[in-house]
Amino acid sequence: MANFRTCPDTGFKIDLQADKLIKWNAVTAVVFLLVGGLFGLLVALTRWPAVHLLDAELFYLALTAHGLDVLLVWCIFFEIALLYFTSAILLNARLVWPKLAWIGYWLMLGGAAMTNVAVLQGDSSVMFTSYVPMMAAPHFYLGIILFAVGALLGCAVFFATLHMARKERTYEGSIPLVTFGGMTAAIIAVFTIVTGAVILIPTFVWSLDMGLIPEIDGLIYRVIWWGMGHSSQQINVAAQIACWYAIAAILFNAKPLSEKVSRTAFLMYILFLQLASAHHLLADPGLSAEYKIFNTSYALYLAVLGSMIHGLTVPGAIEAAQRKKGYNNGLFEWLAKAPWGNPVFSGMALSVVLFGFLGGITGVIMGTEQLNLIIHNTMYVPGHFHGTVVVGTTLAFMAISYWLVPTLWQKEMVFPGLAKWQPYLFGLGMGCASIFMMGAGTLGVPRRHWDIAFADSPIGHIFPEAANLMMGLAGVSAVVGSLGAGIYILNMVGTILWGKAKVPAPAAAEPTTAATPSAATSYGGAGTMAVPGTFVLAMVFLTTFVLYYFVNWKYLAGVWHLS
Amino acid sequence: MSSDSSGNIPFMQRLLDSPFVLLALGMVVPTMLYTVWGVVEILSIPVAP
Repeated sequence: MANFRTCPDTGFKIDLQADKLIKWNAVTAVVFLLVGGLFGLLVALTRWPAVHLLDAELFYLALTAHGLDVLLVWCIFFEIALLYFTSAILLNARLVWPKLAWIGYWLMLGGAAMTNVAVLQGDSSVMFTSYVPMMAAPHFYLGIILFAVGALLGCAVFFATLHMARKERTYEGSIPLVTFGGMTAAIIAVFTIVTGAVILIPTFVWSLDMGLIPEIDGLIYRVIWWGMGHSSQQINVAAQIACWYAIAAILFNAKPLSEKVSRTAFLMYILFLQLASAHHLLADPGLSAEYKIFNTSYALYLAVLGSMIHGLTVPGAIEAAQRKKGYNNGLFEWLAKAPWGNPVFSGMALSVVLFGFLGGITGVIMGTEQLNLIIHNTMYVPGHFHGTVVVGTTLAFMAISYWLVPTLWQKEMVFPGLAKWQPYLFGLGMGCASIFMMGAGTLGVPRRHWDIAFADSPIGHIFPEAANLMMGLAGVSAVVGSLGAGIYILNMVGTILWGKAKVPAPAAAEPTTAATPSAATSYGGAGTMAVPGTFVLAMVFLTTFVLYYFVNWKYLAGVWHLS
Repeated sequence: MSSDSSGNIPFMQRLLDSPFVLLALGMVVPTMLYTVWGVVEILSIPVAP
């Protein structure tokens, strides 16, 4: 029998088991963000040529731990918290199978800890991709497998809760869009985990060195591994967009311009987003041009269309809601009067803009077979994914945390002044880091390389001075971004541990559903397309997209001295 | 949503309201187009003499 409480701020009926699981998963996520972020800072300080902090051995250890802890562990723990929030809480339902959810949590935590131990022991510095024939310690792979099984159990609990909520009629009609976004993330997660199992279980057996599996084919490993490795980042994209819609609904009671169109955009993700994994294989032998081009261009463009729909409809929904409140002057009064001092909004707004311009556009460039050749395996690649996972996903998760933590814990934010500045500091710091990494990549600087000066190499190479400048600026920007991340972690941990309990306003002393952000909990669109400001912004984005696309073709022509 | 009115619901809405059908599609489409196609191409490479 489930027990519930009513949230005094929102009127949400909250299953106590879901409440506890969301809190534990979210807190664990933030702890791993701290660990992975510190390793990331060490990596940035090593790739900054003037600092070059770590020796080669420690650099690859830190790079491995950074990739695992932030790309996988931070994101997926937070996403499991989001799945429980978007199912049990937004659907006004009980969380099904809470014991299974706890087993999943402990498997994830144990697995993440086991893999971290393997990395810190020093004989598993194989980086996030762990390409064969590099062999890590068996518990490196086993930890990831346990983590994935735990996450799969979390997805099972989510789907069971969706099913039960429908059966028990805890909501009317279709599920709300935020929950649909969570479901999209969960579907991609199941594909990711199953694909990961297909390759990591045999790799684990191979690492035991008992002769059961004497070797793993490198090409097949890469195809299947990237089905997991890249798709895990597509879980992030779907979850971050669910956060954007949730924040628009919570802050502005904004409904999507057309719920049908937004749901169709999520369907594009379900069907096609994972296929983008093939862009990692564009320089691989053995795969045909048809395979590469179909997966990274024709099919991927359908997923990109989905992203552009979300990029239009999230600000469009906010504009429609703001205009309804009377902010109708000119094209942008609705935007100028938005709560830019509220980190929930500013974090989300920066996430939308930075993800679109930095992560989105560059993703299409990298997915174009010909253009990919000028930046494949260069610093451009981490530049791109810091534009997606860091200033897109992580910033969106930070933004919703500023609402979720005070609401669930019923505590005041401990450093509200710092919180106002945090999204700008983190977003602009890491956004600049992303731009400078891409700049260095365009000049040919390799990714994952400890020393671009090739000091001990028999055949040296000297990069243009601008490349060193770009790497230095990326280092400085990463330090600024790390400061922003540190402030976020301090605020979250401080609020949970030392935050003052919220005093309910007299009107809210008795639980009421009046404050419930209905746009987050119900199905339905805004019923208008009168959002001229958003269309102007969309045209700015499309113009940038087209120009940048052609600039890269110009670069390509320059490589072969054709122009 | 009442079951007796399901005949009037458009196909796309019924599809989007079916989490388990979407889950199946989300597994089958990328598995076939990305994983299976890729692995089959690699397995088709002739072994060097």
